[in-house]
Amino acid sequence: MNRNSNAYTFLFAIILVVVVAGLLAFVSEGTKEKRAMNVKLEKMQSILSTIGVDVSREECGVLFKKYVKQELALKADGSIDANIKAFDINLKHELKKPVNEQRFPLYVTEKDGKKNYVIPLYGAGLWDSIWGYMSLADDENTVIGASFDHKGETPGLGAEINQSWFEDQFKGEQIMEGSKFVSVKVVKGGTPESNKHGVDAISGGTITSDGVTKMIEERLKRYLAYFKNN
Amino acid sequence: MMAEKEALFSQKNRRLLIDPLNDDNPISVQVLGICSALAITVQLKPAIVMSIAVMFVLIASNVIVSLIRNLIPGRIRIIVQLVIVAGLVIIVDLILKAYLYDVSKELSVFVGLIITNCIIMGRLEAFALGNGPWKAFLDAIGNAGGYALILIVVAFFREVLGSGKLLGYEVLGHKGKTLIDSTGLYSFGYENNGFMLLSPMALIAVGVYIWIQRSKNRKLIEA
Repeated sequence: MNRNSNAYTFLFAIILVVVVAGLLAFVSEGTKEKRAMNVKLEKMQSILSTIGVDVSREECGVLFKKYVKQELALKADGSIDANIKAFDINLKHELKKPVNEQRFPLYVTEKDGKKNYVIPLYGAGLWDSIWGYMSLADDENTVIGASFDHKGETPGLGAEINQSWFEDQFKGEQIMEGSKFVSVKVVKGGTPESNKHGVDAISGGTITSDGVTKMIEERLKRYLAYFKNN
Repeated sequence: MMAEKEALFSQKNRRLLIDPLNDDNPISVQVLGICSALAITVQLKPAIVMSIAVMFVLIASNVIVSLIRNLIPGRIRIIVQLVIVAGLVIIVDLILKAYLYDVSKELSVFVGLIITNCIIMGRLEAFALGNGPWKAFLDAIGNAGGYALILIVVAFFREVLGSGKLLGYEVLGHKGKTLIDSTGLYSFGYENNGFMLLSPMALIAVGVYIWIQRSKNRKLIEA
Protein backbone atom coordinates (compact mmCIF):
# COMPACT_ATOMS: atom_id res chain seq x y z
CA MET A 1 0.00 0.00 0.00
CA ASN A 2 1.25 3.46 -0.88
CA ARG A 3 2.31 5.15 2.34
CA ASN A 4 1.52 8.57 0.93
CA SER A 5 -2.00 7.80 -0.24
CA ASN A 6 -4.97 9.36 1.52
CA ALA A 7 -6.46 5.97 2.27
CA TYR A 8 -3.32 4.82 4.08
CA THR A 9 -3.05 8.06 6.03
CA PHE A 10 -6.65 7.79 7.21
CA LEU A 11 -6.32 4.12 8.05
CA PHE A 12 -3.15 4.75 10.05
CA ALA A 13 -4.69 7.66 11.93
CA ILE A 14 -7.81 5.64 12.79
CA ILE A 15 -5.87 2.62 14.02
CA LEU A 16 -3.48 4.78 16.05
CA VAL A 17 -6.26 6.72 17.73
CA VAL A 18 -8.27 3.60 18.54
CA VAL A 19 -5.24 1.86 20.03
CA VAL A 20 -4.19 4.87 22.11
CA ALA A 21 -7.75 5.59 23.26
CA GLY A 22 -8.26 1.96 24.22
CA LEU A 23 -5.03 1.93 26.19
CA LEU A 24 -5.93 5.15 28.02
CA ALA A 25 -9.41 3.88 28.84
CA PHE A 26 -7.91 0.65 30.16
CA VAL A 27 -5.36 2.41 32.40
CA SER A 28 -7.93 4.93 33.57
CA GLU A 29 -10.45 2.26 34.54
CA GLY A 30 -7.77 0.11 36.13
CA THR A 31 -6.57 2.88 38.42
CA LYS A 32 -9.94 4.55 39.02
CA GLU A 33 -10.68 2.99 42.39
CA LYS A 34 -7.19 3.55 43.68
CA ARG A 35 -7.15 7.18 42.59
CA ALA A 36 -10.55 7.88 44.18
CA MET A 37 -9.40 6.19 47.37
CA ASN A 38 -6.25 8.35 47.52
CA VAL A 39 -8.32 11.51 47.21
CA LYS A 40 -10.76 10.36 49.88
CA LEU A 41 -8.04 9.33 52.32
CA GLU A 42 -6.19 12.58 51.74
CA LYS A 43 -9.34 14.50 52.65
CA MET A 44 -9.63 12.50 55.87
CA GLN A 45 -5.94 13.06 56.57
CA SER A 46 -6.29 16.82 56.11
CA ILE A 47 -9.30 16.98 58.41
CA LEU A 48 -7.53 14.95 61.10
CA SER A 49 -4.32 16.98 60.82
CA THR A 50 -6.13 20.22 61.73
CA ILE A 51 -7.16 18.77 65.09
CA GLY A 52 -3.61 17.63 65.76
CA VAL A 53 -3.90 14.00 64.67
CA ASP A 54 -1.04 13.42 62.25
CA VAL A 55 -1.24 9.97 60.76
CA SER A 56 -0.22 8.30 57.54
CA ARG A 57 -2.78 8.04 54.78
CA GLU A 58 -3.25 4.32 55.31
CA GLU A 59 -4.47 4.68 58.89
CA CYS A 60 -6.90 7.52 58.18
CA GLY A 61 -9.96 5.44 57.41
CA VAL A 62 -10.15 3.90 60.88
CA LEU A 63 -9.08 6.97 62.85
CA PHE A 64 -11.47 9.23 60.97
CA LYS A 65 -14.39 7.19 62.30
CA LYS A 66 -12.92 7.36 65.80
CA TYR A 67 -12.48 11.13 66.04
CA VAL A 68 -15.23 12.54 63.84
CA LYS A 69 -18.49 12.37 65.76
CA GLN A 70 -20.81 14.30 63.46
CA GLU A 71 -20.74 15.25 59.80
CA LEU A 72 -23.20 18.08 59.27
CA ALA A 73 -24.44 19.78 56.12
CA LEU A 74 -25.56 23.28 57.07
CA LYS A 75 -27.96 25.58 55.28
CA ALA A 76 -27.27 29.30 54.96
CA ASP A 77 -29.44 30.04 58.01
CA GLY A 78 -27.44 27.64 60.17
CA SER A 79 -29.98 24.81 60.28
CA ILE A 80 -28.96 21.26 59.46
CA ASP A 81 -29.89 19.52 56.23
CA ALA A 82 -30.11 15.86 57.19
CA ASN A 83 -30.53 14.63 53.63
CA ILE A 84 -26.99 15.41 52.55
CA LYS A 85 -23.79 13.74 53.68
CA ALA A 86 -21.19 16.35 54.52
CA PHE A 87 -18.26 14.26 53.30
CA ASP A 88 -19.76 14.02 49.82
CA ILE A 89 -20.11 17.79 49.39
CA ASN A 90 -17.71 19.10 46.79
CA LEU A 91 -17.17 22.76 47.72
CA LYS A 92 -15.92 23.58 44.24
CA HIS A 93 -19.31 22.71 42.73
CA GLU A 94 -21.30 23.76 45.78
CA LEU A 95 -20.09 27.36 45.72
CA LYS A 96 -21.35 27.86 42.18
CA LYS A 97 -24.95 27.37 43.35
CA PRO A 98 -27.10 30.22 44.71
CA VAL A 99 -26.34 30.80 48.42
CA ASN A 100 -29.72 29.47 49.56
CA GLU A 101 -29.10 26.14 47.87
CA GLN A 102 -25.53 25.78 49.09
CA ARG A 103 -24.82 23.36 51.90
CA PHE A 104 -21.80 23.96 54.09
CA PRO A 105 -20.04 20.90 55.46
CA LEU A 106 -19.03 20.94 59.12
CA TYR A 107 -17.22 18.16 60.96
CA VAL A 108 -17.70 17.96 64.71
CA THR A 109 -14.81 16.04 66.19
CA GLU A 110 -13.89 14.94 69.66
CA LYS A 111 -10.33 14.48 70.83
CA ASP A 112 -9.28 13.89 74.46
CA GLY A 113 -12.83 14.76 75.54
CA LYS A 114 -12.70 18.16 73.81
CA LYS A 115 -15.09 19.16 71.08
CA ASN A 116 -13.69 20.74 67.90
CA TYR A 117 -15.24 22.04 64.71
CA VAL A 118 -13.51 21.44 61.40
CA ILE A 119 -14.50 23.77 58.56
CA PRO A 120 -13.53 23.03 54.95
CA LEU A 121 -12.19 25.97 52.93
CA TYR A 122 -12.12 26.60 49.21
CA GLY A 123 -10.98 29.65 47.28
CA ALA A 124 -8.76 31.02 44.55
CA GLY A 125 -4.99 31.47 44.59
CA LEU A 126 -2.84 32.98 41.88
CA TRP A 127 -2.87 30.24 39.25
CA ASP A 128 -5.67 27.97 40.32
CA SER A 129 -7.84 26.95 43.23
CA ILE A 130 -6.63 26.65 46.81
CA TRP A 131 -8.38 24.80 49.60
CA GLY A 132 -7.90 23.63 53.13
CA TYR A 133 -9.42 22.96 56.52
CA MET A 134 -9.52 25.01 59.69
CA SER A 135 -10.48 23.69 63.09
CA LEU A 136 -11.95 25.76 65.89
CA ALA A 137 -12.04 24.97 69.58
CA ASP A 138 -15.21 24.50 71.59
CA ASP A 139 -15.37 28.28 72.19
CA GLU A 140 -16.09 28.67 68.45
CA ASN A 141 -13.35 31.29 68.36
CA THR A 142 -9.84 29.95 68.85
CA VAL A 143 -8.15 28.25 65.91
CA ILE A 144 -6.75 24.82 66.80
CA GLY A 145 -5.09 24.16 63.49
CA ALA A 146 -5.25 24.74 59.77
CA SER A 147 -4.10 22.89 56.71
CA PHE A 148 -3.97 24.23 53.19
CA ASP A 149 -3.32 22.86 49.77
CA HIS A 150 -3.27 24.12 46.24
CA LYS A 151 -3.48 22.93 42.69
CA GLY A 152 -0.77 24.91 40.96
CA GLU A 153 0.69 27.76 43.01
CA THR A 154 4.29 28.77 42.31
CA PRO A 155 6.76 26.35 43.95
CA GLY A 156 8.81 28.06 46.65
CA LEU A 157 6.41 31.01 46.76
CA GLY A 158 2.64 30.57 46.89
CA ALA A 159 3.03 26.81 47.08
CA GLU A 160 4.47 27.25 50.59
CA ILE A 161 0.93 27.52 51.99
CA ASN A 162 0.88 23.75 52.42
CA GLN A 163 4.08 23.78 54.50
CA SER A 164 3.88 23.40 58.24
CA TRP A 165 5.65 26.70 59.02
CA PHE A 166 2.78 28.54 57.36
CA GLU A 167 -0.02 26.36 58.67
CA ASP A 168 1.30 26.33 62.25
CA GLN A 169 1.05 30.12 62.47
CA PHE A 170 -2.73 29.80 62.63
CA LYS A 171 -2.70 27.89 65.92
CA GLY A 172 -4.05 30.06 68.73
CA GLU A 173 -5.35 32.80 66.44
CA GLN A 174 -8.90 34.01 67.05
CA ILE A 175 -11.64 34.66 64.56
CA MET A 176 -13.85 36.84 66.77
CA GLU A 177 -13.23 40.22 68.40
CA GLY A 178 -15.78 40.23 71.22
CA SER A 179 -18.95 39.30 69.37
CA LYS A 180 -17.76 40.69 66.03
CA PHE A 181 -16.39 38.40 63.30
CA VAL A 182 -12.95 39.58 62.13
CA SER A 183 -11.48 36.38 60.67
CA VAL A 184 -7.74 35.67 60.49
CA LYS A 185 -5.79 37.65 57.93
CA VAL A 186 -2.53 36.83 56.18
CA VAL A 187 -0.57 40.06 56.51
CA LYS A 188 2.20 41.18 54.19
CA GLY A 189 5.23 42.36 56.16
CA GLY A 190 4.40 40.21 59.16
CA THR A 191 2.44 40.69 62.36
CA PRO A 192 3.53 40.80 66.00
CA GLU A 193 2.82 37.78 68.22
CA SER A 194 0.21 39.82 70.09
CA ASN A 195 -1.99 40.18 67.02
CA LYS A 196 -4.53 37.40 67.37
CA HIS A 197 -6.16 37.98 64.00
CA GLY A 198 -3.22 37.93 61.64
CA VAL A 199 -0.35 35.70 60.49
CA ASP A 200 2.74 36.38 58.38
CA ALA A 201 2.35 36.29 54.62
CA ILE A 202 4.75 34.55 52.23
CA SER A 203 7.26 36.89 50.61
CA GLY A 204 6.83 36.73 46.87
CA GLY A 205 3.49 34.98 47.26
CA THR A 206 1.27 38.00 47.81
CA ILE A 207 -1.65 37.00 45.62
CA THR A 208 -1.76 33.48 47.08
CA SER A 209 -1.56 34.98 50.60
CA ASP A 210 -4.42 37.36 49.84
CA GLY A 211 -6.34 34.40 48.42
CA VAL A 212 -5.95 32.58 51.73
CA THR A 213 -7.21 35.63 53.66
CA LYS A 214 -10.25 35.95 51.42
CA MET A 215 -10.96 32.23 51.46
CA ILE A 216 -10.91 32.04 55.27
CA GLU A 217 -13.20 35.04 55.66
CA GLU A 218 -15.64 33.94 52.96
CA ARG A 219 -15.96 30.42 54.27
CA LEU A 220 -15.99 31.04 58.03
CA LYS A 221 -18.71 33.68 57.91
CA ARG A 222 -21.16 31.07 56.62
CA TYR A 223 -20.90 29.18 59.89
CA LEU A 224 -21.60 32.12 62.21
CA ALA A 225 -25.35 31.49 62.11
CA TYR A 226 -24.85 27.89 63.21
CA PHE A 227 -22.44 28.84 65.99
CA LYS A 228 -24.90 31.46 67.27
CA ASN A 229 -27.63 28.85 67.62
CA ASN A 230 -25.50 26.21 69.29
CA MET B 1 18.83 -4.26 6.88
CA MET B 2 22.08 -3.40 8.52
CA ALA B 3 25.11 -4.33 6.45
CA GLU B 4 27.20 -5.41 9.39
CA LYS B 5 26.15 -5.98 12.94
CA GLU B 6 27.09 -3.09 15.13
CA ALA B 7 28.30 -3.64 18.67
CA LEU B 8 25.74 -2.83 21.35
CA PHE B 9 27.91 -0.08 22.76
CA SER B 10 30.00 0.83 19.75
CA GLN B 11 31.77 4.16 19.79
CA LYS B 12 28.95 5.68 17.73
CA ASN B 13 26.34 4.43 20.17
CA ARG B 14 28.30 5.67 23.16
CA ARG B 15 28.38 9.10 21.61
CA LEU B 16 24.59 9.06 21.43
CA LEU B 17 24.59 8.61 25.16
CA ILE B 18 27.33 11.08 26.09
CA ASP B 19 27.11 13.91 23.54
CA PRO B 20 23.82 15.33 24.86
CA LEU B 21 25.37 15.73 28.30
CA ASN B 22 27.86 18.33 27.12
CA ASP B 23 28.66 18.96 23.43
CA ASP B 24 25.06 18.69 22.28
CA ASN B 25 23.10 19.45 25.44
CA PRO B 26 19.42 19.98 24.63
CA ILE B 27 19.12 22.96 26.96
CA SER B 28 22.47 24.71 27.01
CA VAL B 29 23.47 24.11 23.38
CA GLN B 30 20.25 23.56 21.48
CA VAL B 31 18.28 25.80 23.87
CA LEU B 32 15.19 23.57 23.86
CA GLY B 33 12.89 22.80 26.78
CA ILE B 34 13.75 26.09 28.48
CA CYS B 35 10.17 26.62 29.66
CA SER B 36 10.12 23.76 32.13
CA ALA B 37 13.73 24.48 33.12
CA LEU B 38 12.54 27.86 34.37
CA ALA B 39 9.34 26.68 35.99
CA ILE B 40 10.40 23.80 38.19
CA THR B 41 13.93 24.61 39.26
CA VAL B 42 12.99 26.57 42.39
CA GLN B 43 13.54 23.43 44.45
CA LEU B 44 15.64 20.34 43.87
CA LYS B 45 13.00 17.68 44.53
CA PRO B 46 10.47 18.62 41.82
CA ALA B 47 13.40 19.05 39.42
CA ILE B 48 14.56 15.49 40.07
CA VAL B 49 11.08 14.00 39.78
CA MET B 50 10.44 15.97 36.61
CA SER B 51 13.72 14.68 35.15
CA ILE B 52 12.67 11.09 35.83
CA ALA B 53 9.24 11.66 34.30
CA VAL B 54 10.72 13.27 31.18
CA MET B 55 13.25 10.44 30.89
CA PHE B 56 10.48 7.84 31.00
CA VAL B 57 8.31 9.62 28.44
CA LEU B 58 11.24 10.35 26.14
CA ILE B 59 12.54 6.77 26.21
CA ALA B 60 9.11 5.27 25.61
CA SER B 61 8.10 7.67 22.85
CA ASN B 62 11.49 7.55 21.12
CA VAL B 63 11.44 3.74 21.04
CA ILE B 64 7.80 3.51 19.95
CA VAL B 65 8.20 6.07 17.16
CA SER B 66 11.42 4.38 16.07
CA LEU B 67 9.66 0.97 15.92
CA ILE B 68 6.85 2.25 13.71
CA ARG B 69 8.94 4.79 11.81
CA ASN B 70 8.48 2.96 8.54
CA LEU B 71 4.71 2.84 8.94
CA ILE B 72 4.04 6.47 9.84
CA PRO B 73 2.59 8.44 6.91
CA GLY B 74 4.87 11.42 6.32
CA ARG B 75 2.11 13.99 6.11
CA ILE B 76 0.70 13.38 9.57
CA ARG B 77 3.89 12.40 11.37
CA ILE B 78 3.84 15.35 13.80
CA ILE B 79 0.26 14.53 14.80
CA VAL B 80 1.17 10.89 15.26
CA GLN B 81 4.11 11.87 17.48
CA LEU B 82 1.89 14.17 19.51
CA VAL B 83 -0.75 11.48 20.04
CA ILE B 84 1.90 9.02 21.24
CA VAL B 85 3.54 11.53 23.59
CA ALA B 86 0.20 12.76 24.94
CA GLY B 87 -1.00 9.21 25.50
CA LEU B 88 2.17 8.30 27.40
CA VAL B 89 2.04 11.42 29.54
CA ILE B 90 -1.57 10.77 30.53
CA ILE B 91 -0.70 7.19 31.44
CA VAL B 92 2.22 8.42 33.58
CA ASP B 93 -0.08 10.93 35.25
CA LEU B 94 -2.74 8.30 36.02
CA ILE B 95 -0.22 5.83 37.40
CA LEU B 96 1.40 8.49 39.58
CA LYS B 97 -2.01 9.47 40.91
CA ALA B 98 -2.84 5.87 41.76
CA TYR B 99 0.45 4.58 43.14
CA LEU B 100 2.68 7.58 43.91
CA TYR B 101 0.10 10.09 45.03
CA ASP B 102 2.50 12.38 46.86
CA VAL B 103 4.88 12.61 43.94
CA SER B 104 2.00 13.38 41.63
CA LYS B 105 0.95 16.24 43.90
CA GLU B 106 4.50 17.55 43.91
CA LEU B 107 4.56 17.75 40.13
CA SER B 108 0.97 18.97 39.76
CA VAL B 109 0.58 20.70 36.40
CA PHE B 110 4.09 20.03 35.17
CA VAL B 111 3.36 16.41 34.25
CA GLY B 112 0.87 17.64 31.68
CA LEU B 113 3.42 20.11 30.40
CA ILE B 114 5.78 17.28 29.42
CA ILE B 115 3.59 16.94 26.33
CA THR B 116 4.74 20.33 25.13
CA ASN B 117 8.39 19.81 26.06
CA CYS B 118 10.25 20.71 22.89
CA ILE B 119 13.05 18.25 23.64
CA ILE B 120 10.70 15.30 23.24
CA MET B 121 9.19 16.44 19.95
CA GLY B 122 12.64 17.49 18.83
CA ARG B 123 14.18 14.07 19.42
CA LEU B 124 11.25 12.23 17.81
CA GLU B 125 11.46 14.41 14.73
CA ALA B 126 15.23 14.60 14.46
CA PHE B 127 16.27 11.14 15.61
CA ALA B 128 13.63 8.47 16.18
CA LEU B 129 12.14 8.84 12.68
CA GLY B 130 15.47 7.92 11.10
CA ASN B 131 17.08 5.43 13.47
CA GLY B 132 16.50 2.01 14.97
CA PRO B 133 14.97 1.41 18.41
CA TRP B 134 18.22 0.62 20.25
CA LYS B 135 19.84 3.84 19.04
CA ALA B 136 16.65 5.74 19.80
CA PHE B 137 16.71 4.28 23.30
CA LEU B 138 20.30 5.46 23.89
CA ASP B 139 19.55 8.83 22.35
CA ALA B 140 16.57 9.24 24.69
CA ILE B 141 18.61 8.42 27.78
CA GLY B 142 21.34 10.81 26.66
CA ASN B 143 19.04 13.71 25.96
CA ALA B 144 16.89 13.21 29.04
CA GLY B 145 20.15 12.99 31.00
CA GLY B 146 21.37 16.26 29.52
CA TYR B 147 18.07 17.87 30.42
CA ALA B 148 18.22 16.42 33.95
CA LEU B 149 21.79 17.64 34.41
CA ILE B 150 20.90 21.29 33.75
CA LEU B 151 17.68 21.07 35.77
CA ILE B 152 19.48 19.68 38.78
CA VAL B 153 22.41 22.11 38.62
CA VAL B 154 20.10 25.12 38.29
CA ALA B 155 17.70 23.84 40.97
CA PHE B 156 20.63 23.20 43.32
CA PHE B 157 21.81 26.81 43.19
CA ARG B 158 18.32 28.29 43.23
CA GLU B 159 17.27 26.30 46.29
CA VAL B 160 20.49 26.92 48.24
CA LEU B 161 20.72 30.63 47.47
CA GLY B 162 17.00 31.31 47.39
CA SER B 163 15.70 29.47 50.42
CA GLY B 164 18.86 28.17 52.11
CA LYS B 165 17.68 24.58 51.81
CA LEU B 166 18.48 21.45 49.86
CA LEU B 167 15.70 18.92 49.30
CA GLY B 168 13.91 20.74 52.11
CA TYR B 169 16.77 20.45 54.66
CA GLU B 170 18.16 23.68 56.10
CA VAL B 171 21.78 23.33 55.00
CA LEU B 172 22.86 26.88 55.82
CA GLY B 173 21.51 26.85 59.36
CA HIS B 174 18.21 27.94 60.77
CA LYS B 175 16.91 31.48 60.44
CA GLY B 176 15.27 32.66 63.64
CA LYS B 177 13.44 35.90 64.38
CA THR B 178 16.62 37.58 65.61
CA LEU B 179 20.34 37.01 65.05
CA ILE B 180 20.63 35.26 68.42
CA ASP B 181 17.91 32.72 67.55
CA SER B 182 19.61 31.94 64.27
CA THR B 183 22.23 29.31 63.64
CA GLY B 184 24.81 28.70 60.94
CA LEU B 185 25.34 31.44 58.35
CA TYR B 186 22.23 33.27 59.50
CA SER B 187 23.82 34.12 62.85
CA PHE B 188 26.27 36.34 60.90
CA GLY B 189 23.40 38.25 59.36
CA TYR B 190 23.20 36.28 56.12
CA GLU B 191 19.95 36.70 54.19
CA ASN B 192 18.41 34.46 51.56
CA ASN B 193 18.23 35.98 48.13
CA GLY B 194 14.49 35.96 47.34
CA PHE B 195 15.30 36.99 43.79
CA MET B 196 16.65 33.48 43.14
CA LEU B 197 13.11 32.12 43.53
CA LEU B 198 11.77 34.16 40.63
CA SER B 199 11.84 32.88 37.05
CA PRO B 200 14.23 35.53 35.65
CA MET B 201 17.00 34.14 37.85
CA ALA B 202 16.52 30.70 36.31
CA LEU B 203 17.16 32.24 32.92
CA ILE B 204 20.25 33.99 34.26
CA ALA B 205 21.42 30.75 35.92
CA VAL B 206 21.05 28.87 32.63
CA GLY B 207 22.89 31.73 30.94
CA VAL B 208 25.76 31.50 33.40
CA TYR B 209 25.87 27.72 32.84
CA ILE B 210 26.10 28.24 29.08
CA TRP B 211 28.83 30.86 29.60
CA ILE B 212 30.94 28.53 31.75
CA GLN B 213 30.32 25.60 29.41
CA ARG B 214 31.37 27.60 26.33
CA SER B 215 34.50 28.89 27.96
CA LYS B 216 35.55 25.33 28.92
CA ASN B 217 34.41 23.39 25.86
CA ARG B 218 36.60 24.20 22.84
CA LYS B 219 34.18 22.54 20.40
CA LEU B 220 31.47 25.03 21.19
CA ILE B 221 33.60 28.10 20.51
CA GLU B 222 32.53 29.51 17.18
CA ALA B 223 35.31 30.65 14.91
